[in-house]
Formats: sequence, C-alpha cells, structure tokens
Amino acid sequence: MLLFTLRRLGVMLLTALALTFVVFFMTNLAPNLEKLAKSEASVRMSDEDVTLWLDRNGFTRPLLVRYGEWLGAVPGWTRTAEDGVITGRCIRNGLTAETAPRYCGVLQGDWGQSTVFKQPVTEILSRSLGATGWLMFWVMALMVPTSLILGVLSGMREGSRTDRVLSSFAIASTATPEYVSGVILIVLLGSATAGISPVLASWGWIEGKTLFQGTATSAMDKITFWNFALPVLTIALYGIGYIARMTRASMTEVMTQQYIRTARLKGVSFGQVIMRHALRNALIAPFTVIMLQFPWLLNGVVIVETLFNYKGFGWTLVQAAGNNDIQLLLGCSVVAVFVVLITQLISDIGYVFLNPRIRLS
Amino acid sequence: MSDTTWDPSKPILEIENLSISFFTRLREIPAVMDFSCTVMPGEAMGLVGESGCGKSTVALAVMRDLGKNGRIVAGSIRFKGRDLTTMTEEELRHIRGSEIAMIYQEPMASLNPAMKVGEQLAEVPMIHQGMSRAEAWALARQIVADVRLPDPDRIINAYPHQLSGGQQQRIVIAMALMAKPALLILDEPTTALDVTVEAGIVDLVKDLGTKYGTSMLFISHNLGLVLDVCDRLCVMYSGEAVETGDVRQVFDKMRHPYTQALFRSIPLPGADKNSSPLIAIPGNFPLPHERPKGCNFGPRCDYFQDGRCNAGDVPMSVVPGDDRHASRCVKWAEIDWAAPPKAGKTTTKLEPGRLVLKMDDLKKYYAVSTGAFGGGLKKVVKANETLSFEARENETLAIVGESGCGKSTFAKVLMGLETATSGQIMLFDENVQNTPIQSRHPGTVSKLQMVFQNPFDTLNPSMNVGRQIIRALEIFQKGSSDADRSEMMLKLLDMVKLPRAFAERMPRQLSGGQKQRVGIARAFAGGAKVVVADEPVSALDVSVQAAVTDLLMDIQRENRTTLLFISHDLSIVRYLSDRVMVMYLGHVVELGSTDQVFSPPYHPYTEALLSAVPIADTRVKKRRIVLEGDIPSAMNPPPGCPFQTRCRWKSQVPGGLCEKEVPPVQVLAGGHQIKCHLSADVLAKMEPVITIAAE
Amino acid sequence: MEELSWPVIFAKMAWHLLPVWIALVVTFALSIRFKRRLGLYGKLFDSTVAMSGFALVMFWVFTAIFADIIITHDPLGQISGMKNALPGSPVKGAEGTWYLLGGDSLARDVFSRVVMGARRVLAIAPAATVIAFMVGITLGLPAGYFGGKLDTLLSFVANLVLAFPVILLFYLLVTPEIRVTGIPIILAAVLFLFPVIFICVLLNSRYFTNPPQRNLYVGVSLVIGLWAYSGLAFNLDPLGVWSMDPNLLNVFVSVVFVNAPTVFRIVRGIVMDLKSRDYVAAGQTRGEGPWYIMLWEILPNARGPLIVDFCLRIGYTTILLGTLGFFGLGVSPESPDWGSTIDDGRRLLAVFPHPAVVPALALMSLVLGLNLLADGLREESLRD
Repeated sequence: MLLFTLRRLGVMLLTALALTFVVFFMTNLAPNLEKLAKSEASVRMSDEDVTLWLDRNGFTRPLLVRYGEWLGAVPGWTRTAEDGVITGRCIRNGLTAETAPRYCGVLQGDWGQSTVFKQPVTEILSRSLGATGWLMFWVMALMVPTSLILGVLSGMREGSRTDRVLSSFAIASTATPEYVSGVILIVLLGSATAGISPVLASWGWIEGKTLFQGTATSAMDKITFWNFALPVLTIALYGIGYIARMTRASMTEVMTQQYIRTARLKGVSFGQVIMRHALRNALIAPFTVIMLQFPWLLNGVVIVETLFNYKGFGWTLVQAAGNNDIQLLLGCSVVAVFVVLITQLISDIGYVFLNPRIRLS
Repeated sequence: MSDTTWDPSKPILEIENLSISFFTRLREIPAVMDFSCTVMPGEAMGLVGESGCGKSTVALAVMRDLGKNGRIVAGSIRFKGRDLTTMTEEELRHIRGSEIAMIYQEPMASLNPAMKVGEQLAEVPMIHQGMSRAEAWALARQIVADVRLPDPDRIINAYPHQLSGGQQQRIVIAMALMAKPALLILDEPTTALDVTVEAGIVDLVKDLGTKYGTSMLFISHNLGLVLDVCDRLCVMYSGEAVETGDVRQVFDKMRHPYTQALFRSIPLPGADKNSSPLIAIPGNFPLPHERPKGCNFGPRCDYFQDGRCNAGDVPMSVVPGDDRHASRCVKWAEIDWAAPPKAGKTTTKLEPGRLVLKMDDLKKYYAVSTGAFGGGLKKVVKANETLSFEARENETLAIVGESGCGKSTFAKVLMGLETATSGQIMLFDENVQNTPIQSRHPGTVSKLQMVFQNPFDTLNPSMNVGRQIIRALEIFQKGSSDADRSEMMLKLLDMVKLPRAFAERMPRQLSGGQKQRVGIARAFAGGAKVVVADEPVSALDVSVQAAVTDLLMDIQRENRTTLLFISHDLSIVRYLSDRVMVMYLGHVVELGSTDQVFSPPYHPYTEALLSAVPIADTRVKKRRIVLEGDIPSAMNPPPGCPFQTRCRWKSQVPGGLCEKEVPPVQVLAGGHQIKCHLSADVLAKMEPVITIAAE
Repeated sequence: MEELSWPVIFAKMAWHLLPVWIALVVTFALSIRFKRRLGLYGKLFDSTVAMSGFALVMFWVFTAIFADIIITHDPLGQISGMKNALPGSPVKGAEGTWYLLGGDSLARDVFSRVVMGARRVLAIAPAATVIAFMVGITLGLPAGYFGGKLDTLLSFVANLVLAFPVILLFYLLVTPEIRVTGIPIILAAVLFLFPVIFICVLLNSRYFTNPPQRNLYVGVSLVIGLWAYSGLAFNLDPLGVWSMDPNLLNVFVSVVFVNAPTVFRIVRGIVMDLKSRDYVAAGQTRGEGPWYIMLWEILPNARGPLIVDFCLRIGYTTILLGTLGFFGLGVSPESPDWGSTIDDGRRLLAVFPHPAVVPALALMSLVLGLNLLADGLREESLRD
C-alpha cells in the first residue's frame, strides 16, 4: 500500500511538472510576451523597444531556465545595468540586491505579482479559493447525496416506473450544460420580467423584485439561501445527472450478480439485500466517478462564477486569461492541476480501500 | 415452522404438470412443459439433460425466482403439502434459505465479494431463527468445520476471493446447510471445478445428505455424477421430462429412445474409436419456438414412425414392474431395447508414421511481478518443466491435466505465440523453439494449427463464416484467385459436414457444435499436419461431443494428421487417444500408451484422477481415492515432488525424499514413463482403480 | 400590424419548418418499414427512448440541411427598430413578416440565427468527434494490444491531457495570439495525419495478401487523404477544394485534442478485454499481423460501446463548442453559433430573456436527443 501510494505520488509529481511546463510554455509564447510588454510599458512601443524591454526583464533567456526560475529551482536572474543599478527577478518589493534571496519561485512561496490586480498572486488565489471553497462545499453537499440516492433508487429495480422517471431526469440534466441551466434558472427564478418572480411579486409574496437573486456578488460578503441557491443548483444539476447515471449503471449490474440471487434465496428481505449486499459493491464505481468529476466541476465553477459574477477561483481564472495576466494564470493553473491530481490520487486509494478484493490480494 | 400438518411419509416436493414460459417482446417461449416429479424425504433426485432442456428453470421455479420475464403458466409445486406457486413474497422468504436452500454452479459469483465469509453464513440463522450474532458466528464456525475446511477460524474471517474454488464451493454448501433445510437444490455444483476437487465435493454432499437427512434435487449434465449421487433420476429433453425412475433401473433398463441415444454417444469403458465407435445423435436440439409436433425427439429418433410419433402430445406412460419408472414414448413397449446398435462404420487402427514433432527438455518460465500494485518482487513461474516427448504422423497424443498444469502454456510455446525458455522443439526437421509465429514460414504455420476450446469464442462474431475460412486460405497462400479460394472454402464446409449455405451465416446463427466445426475447417484450411486441439469438445453437450470427436477422427484418417488432444476428461481420452501424457503443475508425471496409463502401475496422481472421473455405467466398480486439498498454485509450487502435498503414497517413500527432490523419470516396460520416487516393487503392487463387473 | 400570440408563433414556426417535418416522416416511415433488415440501426425503432432521441437529433440535422429554406431573415442582418424585439413582433417596414422569436440586442432575428446556428454546430461537432475517434482508436489499439512501455507512455500522455481543466486548455489553445505561433497548425498536422494512417493501415492489413488490389486501395486512399490533409491542415490544397478558416481550425483542433484521450482510454480498455478471446488467438496462430488482428478481429467487435460513446461524445462536443462560444473564444462575434448567442443574450437576461433562452433550449434539446439515442442504443445492443 505504501509503495503504491509512493509510486502514485511520483507519477503525480511528474504529471504536475509536465503540466505546469506546458502552461508556462503556452503563457510565455512570443505574442503573449509582446502584449505584456505593451501593457506594462507603453502601448505604442516599437518592435525594438519591445525586445529591449523583454531583454531587460529577463524574458529573452532560454525557456527552460525561465521555467526553472519560476519554479524556484534555478536562481533568479540578476542584471547590472550600465548605470550600475542591479535589477533582478527577486529584487522587488523594496528588497535590494543584497537582501534579496537567490531563489524566488513557486517552491519558495513566491508566486509573482498579478498585473491586473496589482497584488501578489498568492493573496488573490487564497481569497478566491476561499470563495470557491464555499461554493464547492454546498455543491458537494447537495450533489453527492442526491445523486447517490437517485441512482440507487432507479438502479435497484431496473425498468420500473421509478427507474424510468429518475433516468429521464438524469439524462435531461446531463444534457444541460451549466451555461444553459444557469440561463434557464435565472429566467425562471431570478428574472424581474419572466418566470415566476413577477407573478409572486404581484401577489405580494416576495419583498424584492425577484425570488432568487440572479447574481451572487453579494454572496462574497454573506452567503444566504437567496443569493447562493441558483449558482449551487446550476453546478450540481449537471453533476447529479452524471453521477446518478453511473450509480444506476453500477447498481443494475450488481443487482444481476449471482450473489444477490444467493442473498435473496437465502431469505434476505429486499430492503436488506439492497442495504447489506448491493450498496457496498454498487458504490465503489460511483466513488471513483465523483472524484474524477472534479476537473469537470472546475469547468462548471468557471462558467457559473462568470455567469453569476461571483469572484471566486473561476472568475479569477477568466480575468487572468482574458487580460494576459501571466503570473496569475500560471498560479491558477498550478492550483487547478493540483486539485485534479489530488482528487485522482484520493480516488485511486479510495477504490483500493473500498474493494477488499484488491486490498487484500 | 408451519409444517405441523405435513406427514413425513408424504413426498417433500411434488411437482405436477408444471409449465413455465418466458415472455419476450416478440413471443412467448415455453421453457418447460408438463413437468412432473416427486421427491421423497431423504431422497436424492437427479435432473439430467443437455443445455437448454429446462432443468435449471425447474430448479428456479421451485425457488420461485424466474426473473421478470419468466412465469409459471400451469401446474403446481407442492413443498411439504403447501403450494409454492400461490405463495406471497413474504411467505416465500420464510421458506427460502431455511427450508429450501440452493447451491450454484459458480461458487465465486455466488458469494458477496465485499462481505466476510462468516458474516454471509451467520446471516441465515439470524434471519430465520432470530439467533444472536455471536451464536450465529459460532454456528457458522461449526458448519465450516463440518464441510471439512481446514482452519475454520481463519476461513470465517476471510473474504471469498482469498479462498480457492473448491473452498468457495464448500462455503456455499455450508451456507445452504446453516438452517438445516429439508430440501437442497444443487445446480451443476461441480461443473466449474477440477475433477479431483469435484470428487471431494461430491463425497461431501453425499455424506451430508445422509447425516442431515436432507432431500436433494441434483441438476447435472453429467450422467456419471448423477449415478454417483442420486437415488432417482429424471431425464429431460427440450423442456419435457422424457424418462424418470430409479437411477439404476433407468441406466440398465432405459425405456426412452433419447436416454438410449445419450448413453450410446458417451464414451464408456469398452468404447473404442476403431472397433466400436460412439454413435452421435443426428440433427440438432430444437429451438424452443421450433419444437416439432408430437414427440420433441421425433426428428432425431431412430424409431420414429410418421403419423404416430408426430400425431399429438405424448403423455408419460408408466413402465410396469419397476419402481415408479415412466417414459414419454408412444412406442416404448414395442422397441427391442436389448438389440445392439446398428453397427457403425468400424475402421482399422492406423499405424503411426514418421516422426513429426519432438520436444526435448522444454522449459518455459515466466517472470511475474507479485503484489497487487505492480512493482514488488519479480517471481518466476515455472509453467513447463523439462517437457520431453515425441509425436508421430497419424497418432493421437492426449495431454491430460487439471487447471494450472501447464498444458495451455505448452500449446502456446508450440504454436509460437511464446518462445521457450530453454529446450528444443523439432517440427518437421526444423527447430522452432525460438521462432515466434511472425517469423515462421507460412508453410510451417499452415501445417501446425489449433482448434480452440470455447465454441462461442472461437469465431469472430462480426465476420461471416465463409469470410473467416477464406481469410485463413489467403494467409496460408492457398488458391490463386478469389473464386478459387471461395471454391476451396465450400469444399472445407463439405469436409466438416456443414451445408454450403452456412458460408453466408454469421457465427451467432450457429449452434455450439456447428461453430466448432467451422473452427476445425479453418484449422485445416492450409492442410494442417499437426493439430493441437485444446479441449475441443468439453464445452459442448454430450450428444454433440460424439459427432465432433468423430469428425476429428475422420479428418485425421484422411490427412494422416497428428492430433495433440488436450483434455481433462479421461473418458474421452481413453476413447480416442493412442498415447497419453499426464501433466501436473508443469511436470509430465506419466507418459505411455493409453493401455499403459489406464492400468497399473500408475503415477499416484493418475490413480486419483482415474478414480475421480465419474462413469455412467452401473457395472463399473471404482476404488474411491479422494485427494485432500486443492491444486497448489503454480506461482507457489511445493518443494520436491509437485504432487507430494496431496499424495497418498508419500509414506511409502523412505527418508522424506518426496519433499526434498523432484523425482526422476522411471522408464518401465514398454517405454512407460512415471515421474515418481516410489520403488519399482511398490509400483508393481498397485491395483487397478476401475474394474468392470462381469455381466 | 399586430404582435403575434404564442399559438400563432408556434404555428408559423411549424410552417417554416415544413421541409424538416416531411424529411422526418419519410425517414421514420422507411426505417420502421424495413427495420428488421437494418441491423443495429433498425433496432432503434424497437425502443421508445431511442426513437425519441433519434427524432430529436434528426430534427436538428434536417434543420441544418434545410436552413437556407427555413430562415425568415438574414441571420446577420440588423433591422433598425427591432432591437430586443419581443417574440412575434412584426418587422418594421416589411409587411407580413415577423421576428418570430424576437430580436436580439443587435436587432437580428433570433429564429433565423438559431436555425443557422444548428448548421454550424452540426458541421463541427460530428466531424471533430470522428477525427477524435480515429486518433483515439489508432493509438488505443496498440496500447491495449501490446501493453508494456508503449502503453505506459501513451497512457501517461493521455492522462496528462485529461488532468488539464478543459477551460484552462481552451484559454491557452484558442486565442488569437496563438495563431501567430503556428501551434494550431502543428497540432492539426499531427492530429489530421491519424485518419490517413488509420485508413491506409486498415486497408493494407486486410489486402496485403493480394498486392495489386492492396496497391490500388491504399494508393487511392493515400492520394485522397493527403490531398485533404494538405488543404485542411496547411491550407495548401493546390486545387482549393479543401480548406478551413484558421479560426475554425483552431477551435476544431482544440476540441479534437480534448476528446481524443478519452476515446483512447475507452478503446484501450475494450482491447485489453477482447484480446484474450479465442478468435484473436486463432488469428495469431495462423500468423496474422498485429494490425490485422487489432483492426479486423478486435475493432469490429468493439463497435457496440464505441457507437454509444460516439453519440454521447457528439453531445459532449456540442457542449464544449458552446462553452467556447460562451467565453467568446475562437468564434467571430457575428457567428450565429448557440454558445456565443447565449453569451450575448445573458447580459440582458433579467430584462429580455428570449435571445439567450432560445439557443439554450436548442442546444439542450440536441444534446438530450444524442443522450437518449446513446441510451437506447446501449440497451438495444445489450439485448442480443
């Protein structure tokens, strides 16, 4: 088990390195750097000035070296100008050439400075991750139990009326991406001119103009049911359908197994067959799926935060990408890649742990 | 429980005129028609028939577990006088597991992989007797000891996958016995197990039946096994019971043409491929919706009389004088049952020709990584150890052994799918041990071909039959044009006695036996000289087995083929092979002509194997030798002689030599080889396992 | 002129969609008539779920085909005074015409845009899925069949791509700047090579026993394949038949790149299961080459799960394209594709919902149809 975890960790690190390098490469492409130079210095720079600016700021050296610097595995560059002023990667924020550390990269906790927000990347990330954490928490709290219950209920009697109804719901919800369900939910529940809100308002049942709020900006300060329900529901809906279908498939497969017949013919009641014999075997597969859902949830987060204007991680990512904020985008990528890899690791270990056939062989 | 009104002298199970149908979107498919049988307390009833005859459906109907599509459309099933067909789910639940228990074919599949064995056992008394958890576990431990499993404390705390197949089946039996049921239903309980393991399970079932006085409904396709276990028997054909009665009376005095044909198509001692060949039942098993009018067996029956056998439904008629013996045949009283079969074509024995295949000291080792998560230590599995033998033209060499004995690896190395670790293989004067199949000349490849075991797997499901044979011809560079090859393909279909129209069919439209014939045609497309047949008939029904075996023999005679016949079934091996090689855990333990191997002196393993094979002949007397334990894993073989862990002769070898050294090969009279430490005089004193009582 | 009421709007839309209804009725009538002779496709018509899914999908397919006849206005044309017009508003200055589903924020006809959007979505999604399948199959087959180092390497790369959050990948891959660097062309050069390789290997492994026939087949496919390849990947087709807008190429390549690793994993899994079958061993023992076994013995038997996944994947690709549009990546702002229309409409969502809701429902119904079709196919193929 230990060896297995170590091996997985090794592969994970390798993956993380490869991925961050790809992101580094893609964000540091020549056109992006040119754009950066123009936005940092002057928009009307000539091509020679751009080259000069890039050279002065250490962007012209080999890509691998720059990646190493960003990572913190290679000492940051320093450069002595003709006037004797020493500039360098690590020399900023009031540090001088003497007091500045030799290495300043991700490993040292120095994630750079955002050009859009004019703040250190770490600060922006921790703030936005906190906001997204709440969103994810409520999404999980809604999505996991609902989807598992739906999946088990429809899978335990394949082809029954309950199964048909629940399966149709699950298929419909997987066919509805977040930007569609978000729009429809806002129109139905959070629009002043359409859906049910005008009706409720005219009856005097709600105080404001709309039942739910169509934006979640206010949730940055205080999360309430009325400002947070729509974004949570939007992300959860897509996941619920997907996980419920997986659970159903797994459950129907388990229900056809010989050992379920054995249990039934032993005189075990239907409820007990489900609870004691089927559930544990049926939930192994969905567990993996839930964990592997994270990359997709991240997608949903980006869409929903943009749609509902909630300034979390996804919103930050869009801002960084849209405004060529290289350091911030790199930071976002590192976080995203690690979230994905760690959930994969948990899913692998959990799978082994849940499955005695693998655990004890 | 509620059996106060039941009189123990009455039958425990009475099935009357039971009819069961499955309903699909298109039609109703009758699976069982007008089936009746009675099981008395303490009696063991055998249900015998080929696949698709409805025997398992009957068992599931008794449990009332026919699934969504199955329904009992007529008749009654009375258990201790109460009709099961009208019971509610709740009433049934009290009977299932406590009064009627069932044992299934696949032990691994019938145990819950995520629950400990003890928990699965203890559940039964906890549900039915309301026993406390601790008591139930104690009882589970005791029953586990009862089914003769070693170290019950460890076993009840284990998960099913930690046990071997034989142990798992014992656990399933223990589970069935937990509530001391009055009726035990066994659905092919040993089919998935090796013969020597099967013998132990059969012994156990018989003893427990006597000990607890349980009645049994024993479902099997194996007539020999039924003779071993049961008191009474019911032969089924295509959804109907065709003959029922006392086991011995039916075996010795059969009164239905199907039963007779069945016995004539299985290789019993005394059958011989040259002088008294098997007689296959002509035609095919009718599909449920294509059953003929009148007698279902009519179209395949030698005694068929038009206008009488197909006039209308045939009822069961009692055979007077016997114990509850009945037959579903209108002509049974007129048929001369003692008449010998119409003489089949007899042939003369072929003399072996030149040497075509010689293996010398062949070894095949695999490096396998241990540990579940990859990495870990590399371990060497010795799949084949010092394999030496020769095979000649025209000869049939049988390779016998149970799972893990290395026979499949041997086939792979010979075919060139794997290369040997060391040793030599001479194939037609060519050394091929290190030549993988891609580097072999097409001529060599086409001369050495293989027939596979599983008929459902041997043909590509998405290519029609003709195309598959033509592809083999193309690859073997036969024929000069497409038209030429197409003609050759049709000739090959003729050779395996399939209609030419089959060329256009897809494999799923063929029966198992027909697929196997296509497989044979494909193997002989390039004029194969050496054919490895890997259990070619073991997955087929008995009546089809005879026909396919016959076909192989015919083709061999025509083409002067060398046949390497891999099998675990000693009956068929004795019937068709000239020489026999017995393998155990990668070693050849015995090699000799068929007569030498089937008569003493034996290798101790061959002796046990011979004793374990059930024989459907009441005249045969067998010495019962039941091996302890299971076959060791090839990953972790015992030191010294591979068979020493289960050998009953071990005490006869002085100095614990068996545990230290791999025995040498002793060459006895007539070139008979035995790999054993036993001294020549001990071997000479061995007695035959099987004797046929004089009539 | 009066504004139209909803029943009238629907009646008018149904009238404009008449060619679609006719085509649907003809398709269904023919298919049901001959369903017993049509294999798996025929079996679709045994299941209500599959039939309804198929109907939804075909509705959009026919809409895309007949889009030119169906539209009531130029999907890019702006008519003054029709900005954010409500559904059923009469067009100012043109008697007897209406904006059936209203106008958007740039005063364009929502109905016509949705219809034209179907054409765009259905032109990209299935084609991108086909290419992704060819890439996934060509790599997944040897990975599953040979195993070992090749498998480890390919699986690592596939997992690498899968570990990338899709949005991030799109933001990195689908930007105007990246076109300058030529990365999309390189990706296209690699990815578009796979279909050519796939078809050539497929034909070669089958016909190599008969060289003249093989040379003809492989030669023809090489010529056509490389011709299309030069045009699509490098825009260098000498005859100018094959070409792809650079914007579109960028989107197309990214979508293929995201989808191929999943297909790879599915194919690899199926191959690992099927390669232990006896018919594979039979192929090996008669000396067939590995590619024949992979492509002709294994692949046809994997078609069930692959067809099901193909349907699901077209739906997924549609969603991805919508996501791209939603973030305004890689499409011209004029484009009527559903994703970017939703994005345009969402700004005024609280006041004028119709410009966003209509394409949202369209996209949902198409994906729903594909999912239902996949579900029905799965059930029907399990029934054998």
